[in-house]
Amino acid sequence: MNWSSFSDFLAMGGYAFFVWMSYGVTALLVVAEVAWVVRQRRQSLARARIQRNIREWSSP
Amino acid sequence: MAIHWFKYASPASFYGLAGRLAPWFAAAAAVATLVGLYIGLVLAPTDFQQGDSYRIIYIHVPAAWIGMFTYLVMAGWAAAGVVFNTRLSGMMVQALAPTGAMFTFVALWTGAFWGRPTWGAYWVWDARLTSTLILFFLYIGYIALRASIDDPRRADRAGAVLTLVGVVNIPIIYFSVKWWNTLHQGASVKPGSSSMATVMLAGMLVMAFAAWMYTIAVSLVRVRAIIVEREQHSAWVGELLDARAPDDAPGTSGGVAGSKGEKAR
Repeated sequence: MNWSSFSDFLAMGGYAFFVWMSYGVTALLVVAEVAWVVRQRRQSLARARIQRNIREWSSP
Repeated sequence: MAIHWFKYASPASFYGLAGRLAPWFAAAAAVATLVGLYIGLVLAPTDFQQGDSYRIIYIHVPAAWIGMFTYLVMAGWAAAGVVFNTRLSGMMVQALAPTGAMFTFVALWTGAFWGRPTWGAYWVWDARLTSTLILFFLYIGYIALRASIDDPRRADRAGAVLTLVGVVNIPIIYFSVKWWNTLHQGASVKPGSSSMATVMLAGMLVMAFAAWMYTIAVSLVRVRAIIVEREQHSAWVGELLDARAPDDAPGTSGGVAGSKGEKAR
């Protein structure tokens, strides 16, 4: 353990802004990408279903 | 030697394989991220020269490695697509590009926030930084090129050519710190030797492993979406839709993609 307290950890030896801007934005991008890819997957199935319904209903 | 190497080159069979594998890679990524962050942010000591600003290394270097490596994998799939003309190859290139772009951006972003306290500038037109920026533009260029072509098979072809031409940039990035006199430091980790403390190196390698597993997991889920989108008129996607409960509409609840509904198949 390198830190004596939690506030010590947050302060990052005076480099808090640089360290947390790096980690924060990275975490944000990872969370956003995961959310996006989950949504993309669900939409692909939903669209395929809609397309199929259109085909079935429009065929004689 | 009855291994059917090309079995999984068919999107239909790769779809199932990707769905089975993705949760394992996602779990490996999550565990490795927690372990890596614990080593890097809690266990590892403060650097005697750079203080705690050096801790950016635990995302900067893995992101830069994976940004470059993902491009090489993309180029490999692109080459396979050109040679064998398989549909899956183009889909894999398409699935990898956003994550590669994301990590390259992360490398540039964290590099800026590391450069400021150590060099006194967020950005310099150094060979390493500039060639990495070009890599980011190659990813964006690929995505934009795809988006501009309606026929997916033609987009595969054009994208493969762009990817293969751009691959020349990877050795330029890698060797830039050797070939030119750069502000960016040289490689701390080379095959067979390292100039870092063991605990720091361990944290960085675990984070690199996490980024690698994450990239595989995310691109496997993404390629499944791409496969369904591009094969939606095929009979097997019809059977897939029949086997699933009709709850795939956006907005409905659901767990991590790939884990839900797969057992029903």
